Parts: sequence; C-alpha cells; structure tokens
Amino acid sequence: MIDLAGFGDQLLLGAAMTVQLAVAALIVGLVLGLLGATARLSGFAPARALAGAYTTVVRGLPELIVVLIIYFGASRLLTTAAAALGYDGFVELSPFAAGVIALGLTFGAYATEVFRGAILAIPKGQVEAAHAFGMGRWLTFRRIVLPQVWRIALPGLGNLFLVLLKDTSLVSVIGLEELMRKTQIAVGFTRAPFTFYLTAAVLYLLMTMIAMAALHRGERAAARGMPRLRG
Amino acid sequence: MSLKTAALAAVAAIVLLTASGPTRAETLRIGTEGAYPPFNQIDPSGELIGFDIDIAQALCDKMNVECVFVRQDWDGIIPGLLARKYDAIVASMSITEDRQQAVDFTDPYYSNKLRFVAAKNAKVDPDNLKGKVIGAQRATISASYLEDHPFKGAKVKLYDTQENAYLDLASGRVDAILADRLVSYDWLESDAGKNFAFVGEPIDIGDKIGIAVRKGDTKLLARLNAALAEIIADGTYEELNAKYFPFPIY
Amino acid sequence: MNFEVIVANLPKLLEGAGLTLELVAFGLVGGAALALPAALMRVSPRWWLWAPAFAYIFFFRGTPLLVQIFLVYYGLGQFEAVRDSVLWPILREPFWCAIIAFALNTGAYTAEILRGAIQAVPVGEVEAATAFGMSRTLSLRRIILPRAFRIALPAYGNEVILMLKGSALASTITLLDLTGMARTIIARTYMPVEIFLAAALIYLGMTFVFVQLYRLLERRLSRHVVGAR
Repeated sequence: MIDLAGFGDQLLLGAAMTVQLAVAALIVGLVLGLLGATARLSGFAPARALAGAYTTVVRGLPELIVVLIIYFGASRLLTTAAAALGYDGFVELSPFAAGVIALGLTFGAYATEVFRGAILAIPKGQVEAAHAFGMGRWLTFRRIVLPQVWRIALPGLGNLFLVLLKDTSLVSVIGLEELMRKTQIAVGFTRAPFTFYLTAAVLYLLMTMIAMAALHRGERAAARGMPRLRG
Repeated sequence: MSLKTAALAAVAAIVLLTASGPTRAETLRIGTEGAYPPFNQIDPSGELIGFDIDIAQALCDKMNVECVFVRQDWDGIIPGLLARKYDAIVASMSITEDRQQAVDFTDPYYSNKLRFVAAKNAKVDPDNLKGKVIGAQRATISASYLEDHPFKGAKVKLYDTQENAYLDLASGRVDAILADRLVSYDWLESDAGKNFAFVGEPIDIGDKIGIAVRKGDTKLLARLNAALAEIIADGTYEELNAKYFPFPIY
Repeated sequence: MNFEVIVANLPKLLEGAGLTLELVAFGLVGGAALALPAALMRVSPRWWLWAPAFAYIFFFRGTPLLVQIFLVYYGLGQFEAVRDSVLWPILREPFWCAIIAFALNTGAYTAEILRGAIQAVPVGEVEAATAFGMSRTLSLRRIILPRAFRIALPAYGNEVILMLKGSALASTITLLDLTGMARTIIARTYMPVEIFLAAALIYLGMTFVFVQLYRLLERRLSRHVVGAR
C-alpha cells in the first residue's frame, strides 16, 4: 500500500541522524542539568541566580525560537568572541552543532529541575551519616547522592528524552537532514505529502516505543536492590 | 549580515596578505553545493550533475586543467573558498554587492529572471492580481520583489522551501507563484506541473550568475573569463544550454 | 546590537503576537472539547471505548507536532476528494489547519492529564457517592469530575505553556504568527539576533503574564481546601 518510491533508505538514514542528534543533545543536556541543579542548590547566591535565570528563560521560549537563535545568532557571537581572543576568522556553526546546542540547552533547563527535585528527595540523614563516616563532600556526592539521584530522576529524565526525540524534528528548519528533512525532500520529489508525513509519523512512533522500552529496563535496573512493593 | 560580510572581508584581507598563489596548472578545485536542481545536484549514484557542473567541465577543458569538485553546504561556500578548500565556486551564485566585498566574480555565465506560474485554466493576469494569493519562498529575491512591488490587492504567502510553495500551488491554496524561471521550468516539466504554465513576461531583476574566486586571484579570474568567452563563441555553451532549457539563459 | 531595527519592527512583531494568542486560544478550546470525551473513554472498562481513545492519545503524544501540522496542511491537500469536499474552504486556510493540528495535539496531552486526575480521585469519595445512592453519571458529574479538574489544574497550566511554545510552528505553514513575522522581517533586514531576541522577549512576557494569572486562578479555585496556600 505504502509506496516509498525508493525513498525508504533515505528515510532510514534520516532516522539515524535523528537518533544521533537526540543522543548528542541528551549528553549535553544531562551535563547542563547536573551543573544547573548543583548551582541551584549551592550556597553561592550568584550561581543560584544564574541557574534560576537559565531555567526560567529557556523553559519560557518556544523550542523553535531557541533553535533559530542558536543557528543564526551563535555564529555572530562566536566570531565576535573569537576576535576578542585574537583569532580573526569567521566561525560558523553547522546545523548539527546548532541543533545539539539548542536541544541540549532546552533539555538541560528541564533536567535542572528534575535533578534538583531528586537531590532534595535524598534523606538528609544519609548525607550526614556519610559525613560521620569521614567521607568528604565530593565522595559523599559520588558514592551516596549520585547513584540515588539517577534512580529518582530517571522517570522524569525519560519523559524529557521522549520530548527531546520529537523536538529533533525542529532542526529540519535549519536544514539538517534528519528524518523530517528527508521526508520533506521525499515529498518534494514525489508530491505525496500525506503518504510520507504519515510514514515519518510511524517512524517517530517506533523510535518513541523503543525509547520507552529502554527506559523501562533502565528504571528496573536502577531500582535493583530497592525493596519492591508487592500488591 | 554586515558584520558577517565584514568578517569575510577581514579573512579575505588576511588571505591576500599571507599568500597570493597562482593555482596549480594541472588541477582546479571547484566548490559547489549539490542541492540546486537542475544546476547542481547529486544523482542516485552520488555523482554531481547539472548545468553548473557541465559549464565547469567545459571551462576546465578549454583551460586544459583537470576539474576536481568539492561539495560544500551553501552557508559555508564562501568561507570554504577563502579557506582555500577550493579555488573557484561554480554554484549558481548571484553576483551581489555584499558578496563582491568578499570575493571576485567572473563575467556572468547565465542570467536569472523571475516569472509567475499559475494553473493553465486559471487566467491569472500578472497585471491585475487583485484578490489573488501569490506564493514565494522566504528570503529569496522573488519574495523581496513581491514586497517591493505591492501588486494591487494581492496577498503574499511565504514558504520555507520552494517545494512547499509548489505543493500549495498544486492544491489550489495559492493562485500563482513567483520564482526563478529556470527552477520553475524544471517543475513545470515534471508530472506535478503538467496543468500549470508560465504567465506574463519574464521579470528582469538584473540578477547575473557568476563564478567566484578569491579576491586578488586575478590570474585565475582572467583565465576563467577567457575560457568562458571561448565556449560561448564556439557554440559549446549553446549546446549545454539546450541540454537543459529550450530557450537561451545567457 | 541594533536597537533601531527592533523598535522599527515592534508593531509588526506585536501584530504577530496577536495571531499567536488567537491560535493558542482556539487550539486550547478545541483541545479541551476533545480531551474530556477522550479521557472518559480512556478510563472506561469497555475495550471499544478505551481502545480508540488510547490510539488517539498514543499517536498524538508520540509524534512531533511539526509532523502533525504538515499532515493536516500539506497531507490532506494531496487528496482530490478532500479538495472537492465541503471542508476544503476551511482546510485550505492555514489558520484553521494550524488550529486543527494544535487542538488534536493539546487534546491528547490534556486527555492524559485528565485520565491521571480521574484515577487519582480517592476511591473512598466515589464509594461514598455510590452509598448515597448516586448513579455513576451523577457521581461522575458531581463528585469525580469537579475533583479531577482541581487535581489536573497544575499540570494543565504547564500544558497551556507548552501549547503557547508549540504555536511557533504555525510559521512553517505560512502563518505570520510571532515567529513567522520574525522570520519574515529577518529575511529583509538580515538582523537575526536582534529580531529573534525581541521575539523571545515577547514570548517570555506572554508566558510570565499567563503564569501569574494562572496562579491567581488556582488560588481562587482551591480557596476552600484546608491547608491550601
């Protein structure tokens, strides 16, 4: 029924690019989220304010605007910054890099809140106990806090990843040949928009389902060793 | 944009100061985009094809050098030239004042005109577009032309891609489209365009297409111009033109 | 930074913001109209009621809004039957296509929020209603739904903000909403940083005003609850 007119391979290539983009943005976003949460919980007021401004601003902006600002604005900023450092060239940002930065920034803003909630959810007594054992702050964070943060934050981060996966389609607007862009190219060639956009929708659904299954396994793995409630 | 141009000019200046190199005689590296049918595009086997490619090949033959094509995204195509990734750009680049601050252009090798496209039975008259909806691609000369020449009472719709504008013309959401006539010609020749035709006369906005080289690369510029004059004089150009368009585009 | 460009184009951007608000308002109303029946069907024990609701919610939450807009706008236009139908005067307008896509999208998310809220209504309250002799419909109307709406309120506020942000995609189908207007101005002025920052500030302003108003509303609706701030 669905005749992909030879564009099947192209769509799969696009889907592969979508996955690469999502994973790269996820890594950037996780780092930003952890940094953001640490800053929000720190005793240093400027760090708290900066992190607070970051999450408020980025979460209040349309993702499409973030993508466009990074793509069109960043090369100018980078060129200016490079000039300040003595490099007199023209710095440009590829659509992939712009997409990773924009989606990573968005993911990081929401992840900051998720991580903050998770860190606060760890009983204070545990940290105190660790200190009593003579663990330093960093060791306590690494051995006691972080492993539990993962477990508590995973469902929230999982939801954010599903949102991120769909937001990758916005990067098509700046010309990255991910699934959406490849679909548009196929539509331009075949003039069958319904067929191809529906195919793209099905591919996104499949990716979502795979991600959901992986998350489910991840949550189970992170929760091993936790007493399980049985009904 | 002006900052960008300034940056490009700065890079060009540095290039000028540090090295002024005649190109190697045996090969000429040519940058092109590969995403602008029918001028430069990639065929299913990954080869570059199109009018630009054929012209470049013909010029290289006349200059007795070997063409090596380098693919480059449109946004980075001038920086790539300045960074010496290749020595000339043959990619249907319009000669504009902005670009002339960063690069030098050869004599034009074709000229672009705008033209309206509408359904064959729609009786769209470009001189009387009152109440009509006209489509164009955003950030193109067609779009600026429509904005600069408000056609009495016509509504303008801007699209992200040229293809989407054609889709809406086919579905009847717009009455006509203003676009590069050569790109539209390609669409009209396709199956989707069979019920559509050019309407009105071509609009000459003085858009000339040239080959870009680094500023100061006068030797290469002169050789390219000479070769261009040669292929026009000996009929090679006409032959290539006819391969793509049944009307002269020079 | 060129502030003159921003000032000169501010009226146009605000005009775009007006269209953004219009699209969001229509989309939300349509979404709410879809969400209530979808949520009720979704919690039904009968499979022929919950299965279609499940499929609807799954499809629209699992695919990008951009794909959904293109499906409605360019996709439906592919079929001659659609172009000849009585619906074409509506479907040929990008304005209504955007609203249809927005309503379907936010409707699916809102249905899921409502479903969660309905299931979070304490069982004891439902049992008490039944013990009072209320029928299922009556207890749904008098007890379950009012309770569920209040539970859903905070999550729904987030959904409204997501809709406001998602409305930027209307610019991809030729609409001159805030984002579309910004992109069109940039194509002429070549000042992406200035114009996008101005648009971003207007979006932030709209989000901020909405959050404040919504907080007031939430407080008002929860004032009878003991311990509510």
